[in-house]
Amino acid sequence: MASNKNININLKIWRQKDAKTKGKIETYKLDNVSTDSSFLEMLDQLNEQLVNNRQEPVAFDHDCREGICGMCSLYINGRAHGPDTAITTCQLHMRSFKDGDTIYVEPWRSKAFPVIKDLVVDRSAFDRIQQAGGFVSVNTSGRTIDANATPVPKHDADRSFEAAACIGCGACVASCKNGSAMLFAGAIVSKFALLPQGKVEATQRVMNIVRQMDEEGFGNCTNTGACEVECPKGISLENIARMNREYLFATLK
Amino acid sequence: MLDSKIPAGELSQKWTKYKDQLKLVAPNNRPKIDIIVVGTGLAGASAAASLGEMGYNVKAFCFQDSPRRAHSIAAQGGINAAKNYQNDGDSVYRLFYDTIKGGDYRAREANVHRLAEVSGNIIDQCVAQGVPFARDYGGMLDNRSFGGTQVQRTFYAAGQTGQQLLLGAYSALSRQIGQGNVQMYNRHEMLDIVKVGGKARGIIARNLITGELERHSAHAVIIASGGYGNVYFLSTNAMGSNVTAAWKIHKKGAYFANPCFVQIHPTCIPVHGTNQSKLTLMSESLRNSGRIWVPKKKEDAEAIRAGKLKPTQIAEEDRDYFLERRYPAFGNLVPRDVASRAAKERCDAGFGIENNDTQEGVYLDFSSEIISKGKQSAYAAGNHNPTDEEVIKLGKAWIEEKYGNLFQMYQKITDENPYETPMKIYPAVHYTMGGVWVDYNLQSTIPGCFVAGEANFSDHGANRLGASALMQGLADGYFVLPYTVSDYLAGDIRTGKIPTNTPEFDEAENSVRSSIEKFLNNNGTKTVDHFHKKLGHIMWNKVGMARNGQGLTEAVREIDELRKEFYRDVYVPGGAYELNPELEKALRVADFMELGQLMAMDALQRRESAGGHFREEYQDAEGETLRDDVNFNFVGAWEYGGSDINAETLHKEVLNYEYIKIAARNYK
Ligand SMILES: Cc1cc2nc3c(=O)[nH]c(=O)nc-3n(C[C@H](O)[C@H](O)[C@H](O)COP(=O)(O)OP(=O)(O)OC[C@H]3O[C@@H](n4cnc5c(N)ncnc54)[C@H](O)[C@@H]3O)c2cc1C
Ligand code: SF4
Ligand code: FES
Repeated sequence: MASNKNININLKIWRQKDAKTKGKIETYKLDNVSTDSSFLEMLDQLNEQLVNNRQEPVAFDHDCREGICGMCSLYINGRAHGPDTAITTCQLHMRSFKDGDTIYVEPWRSKAFPVIKDLVVDRSAFDRIQQAGGFVSVNTSGRTIDANATPVPKHDADRSFEAAACIGCGACVASCKNGSAMLFAGAIVSKFALLPQGKVEATQRVMNIVRQMDEEGFGNCTNTGACEVECPKGISLENIARMNREYLFATLK
Repeated sequence: MLDSKIPAGELSQKWTKYKDQLKLVAPNNRPKIDIIVVGTGLAGASAAASLGEMGYNVKAFCFQDSPRRAHSIAAQGGINAAKNYQNDGDSVYRLFYDTIKGGDYRAREANVHRLAEVSGNIIDQCVAQGVPFARDYGGMLDNRSFGGTQVQRTFYAAGQTGQQLLLGAYSALSRQIGQGNVQMYNRHEMLDIVKVGGKARGIIARNLITGELERHSAHAVIIASGGYGNVYFLSTNAMGSNVTAAWKIHKKGAYFANPCFVQIHPTCIPVHGTNQSKLTLMSESLRNSGRIWVPKKKEDAEAIRAGKLKPTQIAEEDRDYFLERRYPAFGNLVPRDVASRAAKERCDAGFGIENNDTQEGVYLDFSSEIISKGKQSAYAAGNHNPTDEEVIKLGKAWIEEKYGNLFQMYQKITDENPYETPMKIYPAVHYTMGGVWVDYNLQSTIPGCFVAGEANFSDHGANRLGASALMQGLADGYFVLPYTVSDYLAGDIRTGKIPTNTPEFDEAENSVRSSIEKFLNNNGTKTVDHFHKKLGHIMWNKVGMARNGQGLTEAVREIDELRKEFYRDVYVPGGAYELNPELEKALRVADFMELGQLMAMDALQRRESAGGHFREEYQDAEGETLRDDVNFNFVGAWEYGGSDINAETLHKEVLNYEYIKIAARNYK
């Protein structure tokens, strides 16, 4: 049964005016938070309180609020997307906290994701990795061969789908002590590598993606696996292994 | 004035023949032409990618931090296409027919036929791009069926079809960005359109990080900014979805059509309390296995709401399976509008089961399915005498295999286990069929301003069938606009770059700046959300699932008053030249206020019931919709008449059904 009660909490939130200004943790007290609220609804409630008190509301990223757009972020009590595993912040509910808890809220921290304001960071590096090679070079004419002309084994299609489920949230980078983007990039490489459509330019793709990833200032992967643990979509380390294999083949060619 | 430009000729040949006559822009001339695309959901991303690939200079805009996050990403169910891979008799004609009928005969035949025609190409295109649709064991594409049809024509990728299709369009767009054909402006919001000599020639956009107002010029502007369901505050739409781009072009001359046509989806998780920010859809596919009911006795409903009774304690004979009772032929599988209204009727009568301030909610119960599937599984495994526990265990396993994801999602949000206790559901605002009026070329009444996807009004009539919005977005972007926009631009190859230092741009930028300053200096006492919630309240109660003349008249007046109060008393903190989400919201809510009033006016003039628009005065003895095909067989397109929304003028595009015989929709 739904818990349906109200709790009072203390918030320690990272405030930073803009990219150039130094930030600091501020403390807020918030009463009467319904345990049925999502974490983001709790932040809405805080902002309502701040605005009513003529204070600046906290900026944070969000959109779909159902775990699919990848827009929400947040380091909560030292973990990407908070205490639960395999969820996004918009799926975290206040029933995970107790009355009187103190909750630390910080932005993703990674060199490649500079802070824009408060809890909002710039993840456009991910777009540039995608632009470097995350596609099949087919014209958008619709005059391609019939969709069923190339059978794809169900097993491959399912695994490609699993890799394609990445929402580009950046939790993997944020939770990695090296700030590596290997899980994200590995998911892109895998989703195409597993399908016949993606085979033709596989060599070029993986080379371009790896080059771009390095240029963006992401760190190296040292196989600590923190990314997999915090990934809300269960993207597995296998994808990193597959990217490494693809890269090795590509460089040997 | 309102010329739909439907080409002459036999329906099935119209588009093919028309395409042959449209003017072209030669490849060497395309780089001299600039195109702006506002929005990068399915419609915008596919349009920007296609036009970029053709060689035009494209600038694309979205307010999120990446085009991949557009609201299209959230679509769960699937995308229709008349491929007839399942050999169950599907055809272009049948898809066309189902769409027209599903829309309650309020859509334009020629557009819908074109949509059905290109649907097959969409699937070919997406598969070629590497979209991982579900496959069967032979390696062929799998299909499922959706509400309102008798064939299996829906292609899907688990419960994440929108995500995979958008990632496909995003990858095509990314390729063009990488090649320099498309310039992408993330975190930018279009706040006005600029007209020069009557034609769309640019936009004013606000860089959401710096707050800077930017001028962008182009030879044509495409608006693909999505739907306006968030006018209700609570909806299944993403939080940022808004009407601003569409409304701004409306204010500059684009007609807004059928604003009152809104789809309410029957299976959403009910509102939990006053702090709720949005609603979550539970896929319609659950209605295949769940039975919908409320208690028969009011005392039971009250006891449930008070927490004194559990649904599992209500005896079978004390449950009212109201859909099965009212619609024995279709039962729980009646179309969305019918199911939604029936749930509302029960809750209004006091049988709602949700324990909160709204008291709205009905049960979606899987217990019969668990038992029947459990028995089947036991028998299939050779166990002809299973114990009750064995049956339940096997039944739960069957449910998990089929709906595991959804059950998990439900449990995360509600903290209740739907395997043990029935799900609670209630209808919620989901999709808007109304939008900017466009002709057959998808051009609005502003020359050079095109509108695609959910932002336009075409193709779905008064009600959208499941899995058809994704189809329309991609059809518009990949296969329609490249032709029709080129035809328009053929006259512009000698125009040259459009300058932005002109009085028209000055004027537009100044008006945006002054409305921003007005908000920031207003110094009222209430937050933007306060007003948005109030607006949503009026909309839901009086322009919601069921409307009547009195309520709509009140709504028009109340929204008018609320709008005045909003401008008088809203408080927007922060500055203009910084990331300021409260300011973003204020600008959007300002437009929602005007739209909301127009929706009420549109609903008021439409004295009939059609699809998502149910006027209580126009129903038959059994509470079913009464359409009026003699007097309301038209698209209602509104022309802006100044800041007093009451001064809007209604233009009618009469719908001539030449190929389909209009009939009543009956689901008994
Ligand atoms: C929960 C849910 C499930 C659904 N499931 C299905 C389904 O299974 N099948 C189906 O066919 N349909 C489904 N739909 C409907 C479908 O998802 C949408 O109708 C469709 O995706 C809309 O696409 P679009 O490209 O028109 O707009 P959107 O995807 O909403 O994109 C709008 C774009 O415009 C941008 N934008 C908006 N305003 C501005 C501005 N002022 N300046 C700059 N940029 C702006 C946004 O940033 C975004 O990029 C579902 C809808 C919901 C809510
Ligand atoms: S791999 Fe996982 S954690 Fe990383 S961006 Fe994708 S979904 Fe997020
Ligand atoms: S807001 Fe979209 S994933 Fe959280």
